[in-house]
Amino acid sequence: MRYALYKNLAVLPFLRNFHPGARRWRWGSLRRSIRAGNSMVPGLTGRRSTSGRRSRMQKVLVLLFLVWVCLLFYAGIALFTSGFLLTRLELTNYSICQEPPGPGFLPWGSQGKPGACWMTSRFSRVVLVLIDALRFDFAQPQQSHTSGDPPVSLPFMGKLGSLQRLLEIQPHHARLYRSQVDPPTTTMQRLKALTTGSLPTFIDAGSNFASHAILEDNLIKQLNSAGRRVVFMGDDTWKDLFPGAFSKAFFFSSFNVKDLHTVDNGILEHLYPTMDSGEWDVLIAHFLGVDHCGHKHGPHHPEMAKKLSQMDQVIRGLVERLENDTLLVVAGDHGMTVNGDHGGDSDLEVSAALFLYSSTPLFPSAPPKDPETIPQVSLVPTLALLLGLPIPFGNIGEVMAELFSWGEDSRPDSSALAQASVLHLNAQQVSRFLHAYSAATQDLQVKELHRLQNLFSKASADYQRLLQSPHRAEATLQTVITELQQFLRGARAICIESWARFSLVRMAGGATLLAAACLLCLLASQWATFLAFPFRPLLLIPVAWALAGTILYAGLLTATRLKLDLVVLGAVAAGGSLLPFLWKVWGSWRSKKPLATMLPIPGPVLLLLFIRLATFFSDSFVVAEARATPFLLGSLILLLVVQRHWEGELLVPKLLTIPRLGSSTLTGPPRHSGAYALRLGVGLLLCTRLAGLFHRCPEETPACHSSPWLSPLASMVDGRAKNLWYGACVGALVALLVAVRLWLRHYGNLKSPEPPVLFVRWGLPLMALGTAAYWALVSGADEAPPRLRALVAGASVVLPRAVVGLAATGLMLLLWKPVTVLVKAGTGAPRTRTVLTPFSGPPTSQADLDYVVPQIYRHMQEEFRGRLERTKSQGPLTVAAYRLGSVYSAAMVTALTLLAFPLLLLHAERISLVFLLLFLQSFLLLHLLAAEIPITAPGPFTVPWQAVSAWALMATQTFYSTGHQPVFPAIHWHAAFVGFPEGHGSSTWLPALLVGANTFASHLLFAVGCPLLLLWPFLCESQGPRKRRQPLRSETEARVRPEEEEEPLMEMRLRDAPHHFNAALLQLGLKYLFVLGVQILACALAASILRRHLMVWKVFAPKFIFEAIGFIVSSVGLLLGIALVMRVDGAVSSWFEKLVLAQQR
Amino acid sequence: MKAIMTTHVHPSFTLVPSAPNSVDSHKNTMKDTDIKTLLYAHFLCIFSVILSVLIPSFFVEDFSILDTHLTWLCFCSLFVTSINLVLYLVPKPNSSSKRSSLSHKVTRFLKCCVYFLVSCFSFHVIFVLYGAPLFELVLETFLFAVILSTFTTVPCLCLLGPNLKAWLRVFSKNGGHLRNQKTRVTSIWENSLQITTISSFVGAWFGAFPIPLDWERPWQVWPISCTVGATFGYVAGLVISPLWIYWNRKQLTYKNN
Repeated sequence: MRYALYKNLAVLPFLRNFHPGARRWRWGSLRRSIRAGNSMVPGLTGRRSTSGRRSRMQKVLVLLFLVWVCLLFYAGIALFTSGFLLTRLELTNYSICQEPPGPGFLPWGSQGKPGACWMTSRFSRVVLVLIDALRFDFAQPQQSHTSGDPPVSLPFMGKLGSLQRLLEIQPHHARLYRSQVDPPTTTMQRLKALTTGSLPTFIDAGSNFASHAILEDNLIKQLNSAGRRVVFMGDDTWKDLFPGAFSKAFFFSSFNVKDLHTVDNGILEHLYPTMDSGEWDVLIAHFLGVDHCGHKHGPHHPEMAKKLSQMDQVIRGLVERLENDTLLVVAGDHGMTVNGDHGGDSDLEVSAALFLYSSTPLFPSAPPKDPETIPQVSLVPTLALLLGLPIPFGNIGEVMAELFSWGEDSRPDSSALAQASVLHLNAQQVSRFLHAYSAATQDLQVKELHRLQNLFSKASADYQRLLQSPHRAEATLQTVITELQQFLRGARAICIESWARFSLVRMAGGATLLAAACLLCLLASQWATFLAFPFRPLLLIPVAWALAGTILYAGLLTATRLKLDLVVLGAVAAGGSLLPFLWKVWGSWRSKKPLATMLPIPGPVLLLLFIRLATFFSDSFVVAEARATPFLLGSLILLLVVQRHWEGELLVPKLLTIPRLGSSTLTGPPRHSGAYALRLGVGLLLCTRLAGLFHRCPEETPACHSSPWLSPLASMVDGRAKNLWYGACVGALVALLVAVRLWLRHYGNLKSPEPPVLFVRWGLPLMALGTAAYWALVSGADEAPPRLRALVAGASVVLPRAVVGLAATGLMLLLWKPVTVLVKAGTGAPRTRTVLTPFSGPPTSQADLDYVVPQIYRHMQEEFRGRLERTKSQGPLTVAAYRLGSVYSAAMVTALTLLAFPLLLLHAERISLVFLLLFLQSFLLLHLLAAEIPITAPGPFTVPWQAVSAWALMATQTFYSTGHQPVFPAIHWHAAFVGFPEGHGSSTWLPALLVGANTFASHLLFAVGCPLLLLWPFLCESQGPRKRRQPLRSETEARVRPEEEEEPLMEMRLRDAPHHFNAALLQLGLKYLFVLGVQILACALAASILRRHLMVWKVFAPKFIFEAIGFIVSSVGLLLGIALVMRVDGAVSSWFEKLVLAQQR
Repeated sequence: MKAIMTTHVHPSFTLVPSAPNSVDSHKNTMKDTDIKTLLYAHFLCIFSVILSVLIPSFFVEDFSILDTHLTWLCFCSLFVTSINLVLYLVPKPNSSSKRSSLSHKVTRFLKCCVYFLVSCFSFHVIFVLYGAPLFELVLETFLFAVILSTFTTVPCLCLLGPNLKAWLRVFSKNGGHLRNQKTRVTSIWENSLQITTISSFVGAWFGAFPIPLDWERPWQVWPISCTVGATFGYVAGLVISPLWIYWNRKQLTYKNN
């Protein structure tokens, strides 16, 4: 070892000869500190410590500023979400046949009779024909041409002639309604509404994300528990909603929207035979042709006429086969816009047709000329009571009273009484639900709830009095009915208010807040490069404003006695704190500062960024993002390479590089070689492509095949392949480990006695071992001999926890002692110009010389030794510091590796290959970017936009290549059971944390690693020749020790200029936040602009949610990463101080 | 393939340095005639692209760009290549004076072929790296690489010869420091080469964007949108470059100081 050092040193004079003339380095505060330690000057030390304090203060300010910006984004996201994502709590209470919803008599003492629950059944069988997207005017009878207007002939009009004929011929048997649908008008939500009687929202909190099965009380469940046979045919959405609920079912895929006939013809094949067989009580046929025709052609297409005529034939056929005890219901689940889309809340979308028919008289009166409008959910209580079932617990529909106007006796008021009793039953049920719901959450307005409760008790009392009194006046009967109806409608209204209405104001406010925060990031990242960053006006004043805004708002609320809304409060505070900044921008805009300075992003990057944002507005591109992101990333990489060529840098090396020593070809790629950049670019593209092989297909693209490598090894059947794969995975682990160790050794060595280094040396292999053992156990768990089962089970609990524990210990150690510098103090060789190069292993090339310690510490060493020689009589003391040049990035890389291992454990085994690729990819990208950035010695340091954009793109790409998709069914739920094979009992936060860590692993890793973008160029300084040299100051400077000039300062340049360092960190954070922030802004805008798009709940809303959570994870990771760098910086400072103090003594 | 001239050997493309004042007007007229020649040449290229759409329908049944896309690709590549050859090679009377031996020509021709093939394969690799399927549609991907090579590599080969250094020089900002750093060593032909090549690439790049859209049009299939995009980009480059050079003729300094 020593020998090697000396051997290298022998070459130094030659080097010196080659670069004649010594250069002067900027010593900065370090040199000053050494002098202070060396000679006297307590004043200097004092100044230093104040500057240190100022620097520390500045660090805190930088962090606080970033936290404030993050909080602004959070407030914007929260405000937007509260307006966009309507939530509702799902209750799992069920109505029970024997338990009436409230006290009081059940009508006609029906308990005793068989097949009757809360009421006697009116029909024993029901045929429910659900025609998807049957808009009301599709079924509307054509008006006779009395008005004199020329008849408008549209393809869809008057095609359902059988309905019209039935209405005309048998007015007491049939009735057509305009059913008022609640948004969102998507099929799944409508089916939920049509069976539960509730108002499903996009997120029904408490529902199981993994499957769509309805957990709430619903008609199908009630039918099942009453023992009725339900036969279903049609749309396979029902299969997901009601798994195993049908006695017989014919499902057809609803996926292909362009296919008009498969589902319908499939139904028709089975419909009549099933009906004739008689083996059913409830027959449901869900036709999709009309909906698909709308999506494909729109309603104004001749194809629509054909489809509706086909439906007409179906209805005619059914009517012919209908028996007396059977009710026929023809319903549309929602309407469609003029373009044939649905999902939103426009008039055309929310008006659907509802048609009832029975071969026995059903209605007391003839139908009104204009069909009545009823809420769609009214069908649920009506059907339940007509079939003699309990009304589902969560129903908020109002029963259609006129269907119950058949009394058992011939008294004149019996029909009205029957209606009143049905309504009362319904009202009792709704009241019970409101009680249960408001006890569970505070969604509903308390005041309004109170009013409704009063209304109900009054109506209920009136009804009871009515039943007891022998003389029933028609008028009082009518008032009771009106009161009950008022209550039911009021109850529905408050539910709609809180569950089914977008709050456009909040959405706009949230988007504005996000946009303002993005603008702040953009401009502040410009200002951050200046030394005097206006912290005071940008941080203190906003906080004051925020406080003022909050107090004002709270005061306003207490004055008006409204409920305090935390989201709005946060938004007001954020808006208030943004005001001074906006004022400043407005001022500078009015003073007509050139806009070019405000838009600092270079053109091509701006174009790429713009394209990326534009893709959020297209559902196809959101679905295809897994392919689009690598494409954009590849474009950016090639752009970087080509740009370097265009600038002429690629041609330089052969002509301009100073030829190095004879073995220069062996030294590896010089930093500015064009082929080097090209090779990096191609390597990056290759890695990106390879990572793309681990790709899960979105469900929207049936032609695509998901990678088989995403499944866990345990699911593999072939034993040999399994073993091979297992070997590959362990190989990936080992490769990762070895790569990190080699890297650390390359830049310093692993010889420091500090605990983190010891941990890297021993703890990391242990973690890898634990992971490998865990995989072996999990993938072969079924094959374990029975005797060992318990052991295996125990180990599969312990191992993951042990790995996580080790990682946490490692991180703690790193935080505790982040300076992993080896200080070597001992009696050195007799005084020579000994330089200890931090170098190990056999010296293969001249380049190894470049990795020697920053010369400044050797200078220090010289000073120390000089002093010691004076003071002590023994041999000279040698002090050398290893790894100082890479002290920041070494801490970062160690932290990232420690983070990666637990995250790796949460994924399927083969994803470890992707993690390896991830590290490789970011390594290559960092090198490529570092080749771009010139090192300006004293600062200001900047991180270019293309670096930040590429980093963010890579985070997204890794999200996809680790087998994720931004939809809920694609979440890797199994991650919750890593280390907890038996589940978690009742706790929810731990599984949520595990699943979240699995899903957003790439966001977290890349955000924490973000400071590397700033550090890496300095690290690369040690490689290759340095082109930029300080001009020779003067001849007098030449006395600086000659060999020192060859020593790269590397990251100590950052330390030399703490102000610039802090500013650069701030700028980096702001830029990264900007790139992420515009993404979330674009998502929010897309979701709000396209809120009536067919795919809003399927694509845009999940994408927004994933982006929002990803943003939060990333921003927290970013803060942690920057804080870690600052912690290292602080530790380095104190280390220096200690060293200097020790020498003073 | 006959002698393929680099800029410094072709007289009509190169202005001989001489006393600046005396030749100023002469230079301007030279420039104008050059631009005119360029324009006509480019019209011929565009014409060849149009011909490749029209002519095959006479002797190929059911010919259309979308349905028989591969055939069209072959034809288009063939036509554009031949027009390029004709344009740049035939009307050169005294192209390479020194070394016109047959063996030299043959080696050059072979070298050009090798360069062309290498460019095709490297484009293919780049497409695959960019996300094109690796095992399926190999022929389609390769033909796309061929057509893109036709639009970019063939003109380079014709104009600059199989001389990688010259290529690198043309496609860098300052002529790549190779010569005098202050001088932009380019002719208008090289300038137009830059423009058409870049616009072909950009066209192909933009051609990839409609692929994920769910419009289900026949032209969204890989690689049709990209090849069509590249063709449009090439044609646009052919149209734009003479105009651009014409508008900027005052600023452009060609090998004169």
